[in-house]
Amino acid sequence: MYSDKVIDHYSNPRNVGEIENASGIGQVGNPVCGDIMKMYIKVEEDIIKDATFKTFGCGAAIATSSVATEIIKGKTIEEALKLTNKEVVDELEGLPSAKVHCSVLAEEAIREAIADYYRKQGEKSEAEIKEICGLKDEKECPHCDLENSGDE
Amino acid sequence: MRRVYLDNASTTKVDEEVLNAILPYLKEEYGNPSSIYSIGRNAKKAIEDAREKIAKVLNAEPTEIFFTGSGSESCNMAVRGIANSYKDRGNHIITSKIEHPAVLETCKALEKDGFQITYIPVNEEGIIDLDGLREAITNETILITIMYANNEIGTLQPIKEIGEIARKHNIFFHTDAVQAFGTIKIDVKGLGIDLLSLSGHKLYAPKGVGALYLRKGIKLKKVLTGGHQERDKRAGTENVTGIVGLGKATELAYENIESTNKKIQELREYYISEVVKRIPHIKVNGDLEKRLPGNSNISFRYIEGESLLLNLDIKGICASSGSACTSGSLDPSHVLLALGLSHEIAHGSLRVTIGKDNTKEDIDYLLDNLEEVVQRLRNMSPLYNG
Repeated sequence: MYSDKVIDHYSNPRNVGEIENASGIGQVGNPVCGDIMKMYIKVEEDIIKDATFKTFGCGAAIATSSVATEIIKGKTIEEALKLTNKEVVDELEGLPSAKVHCSVLAEEAIREAIADYYRKQGEKSEAEIKEICGLKDEKECPHCDLENSGDE
Repeated sequence: MRRVYLDNASTTKVDEEVLNAILPYLKEEYGNPSSIYSIGRNAKKAIEDAREKIAKVLNAEPTEIFFTGSGSESCNMAVRGIANSYKDRGNHIITSKIEHPAVLETCKALEKDGFQITYIPVNEEGIIDLDGLREAITNETILITIMYANNEIGTLQPIKEIGEIARKHNIFFHTDAVQAFGTIKIDVKGLGIDLLSLSGHKLYAPKGVGALYLRKGIKLKKVLTGGHQERDKRAGTENVTGIVGLGKATELAYENIESTNKKIQELREYYISEVVKRIPHIKVNGDLEKRLPGNSNISFRYIEGESLLLNLDIKGICASSGSACTSGSLDPSHVLLALGLSHEIAHGSLRVTIGKDNTKEDIDYLLDNLEEVVQRLRNMSPLYNG
């Protein structure tokens, strides 16, 4: 069962859309598993001025994307990188256990967007970016080892 | 808020006449049917009346009908019962890839017990491959269990042909008719069906009651042991109200079968044709001809089924989906995958199943909201470049 907060966020998702000339874009997930999150951030002087998303997925995937963009808006990069999936879950007043992976996806999408920002800045090496952003080689996809066929 | 119920393959609202038939057995005639005093005897008589009604529409004898607690229980009784009673004849069972979990999971459990199971594939429309069925038969085959109509895509299987094949090879034939019973005229004798499972709540009777047709002369080991109810085939005090409801619902369903089906099918055809007209990037799943009149299953590309259902629910619309998030498992519907659909397309499926009480206004309300919700979710989807 979804909490009222989750229902509120999938009914009226905040920050839906793209940012033109985004400072960073991060995409995680896989259509085979049924969820893809794409996060856009606008960074000015180390502060996330704007954050938006586009998500293909269930109600929880939409709600976690929505709430995660809300949380990181106005934060410094450093603060945003501290965001954990647990904070996303808490902010939504809980998620069914089968849906917790959606909150992990939201956290990872933010990390990817920030990593993309750093890459565009061109000041850090890939190893440094991976370290700072805590990127994992294996993305969260706990239930799916299928290849994306790419089929429609 | 307006509620539009379009999930009639999932369950149905109890019919007013069915409810009225049941009430006396809650209020006055509450006796245990095994008791010898009058309210017990009256309850017993009500059960036998219901049995006759069901036997009549199936062209069976009342002694060939056994009441159970659900369609799933009937399927378990049939498949496990035949496996256990006839294992000295062979250990091979043939089923299809698109069965309901009631049969599929039962077969998987039997596989662990040492039975060999063949899962026959289906074509793109969801019809089983009869040649594949013939080729799968071995000297060890004791049972063919193929559903009458599929619960997700409504596809009707070639039951008569399967019955003939089974008869020719002296193999028992069980069909899970949970979706078909009440909507399709079924003559078990004419179709060569040996065992048939059905359920009450799909045809406007209450939940918690099912029945099994078991052809005379077939042995069936009890699954539920205990008392000697149901001619010693199924223990447990009979669900008198459920059984009375099932009997009444059966009578009503078959009294009005042609007119109800015609009305439902027209609504279904209207719904599908309007979706095709109004919403791009869709795929209609399943066979359009060999199909239950009320069933539609459409995939909407670039969006996921659960979020579609949740957004329809906000508008008071009840439907279902084959997406992983709604199946309770990690994969989307095994039925849609068996049709050869990709995971992506299966995740975006919407099953709308129309019942006798639905109106054109219901469908129009659905269509208007569906158009809006699909567009909104697509605008939110990174896969969509509209």
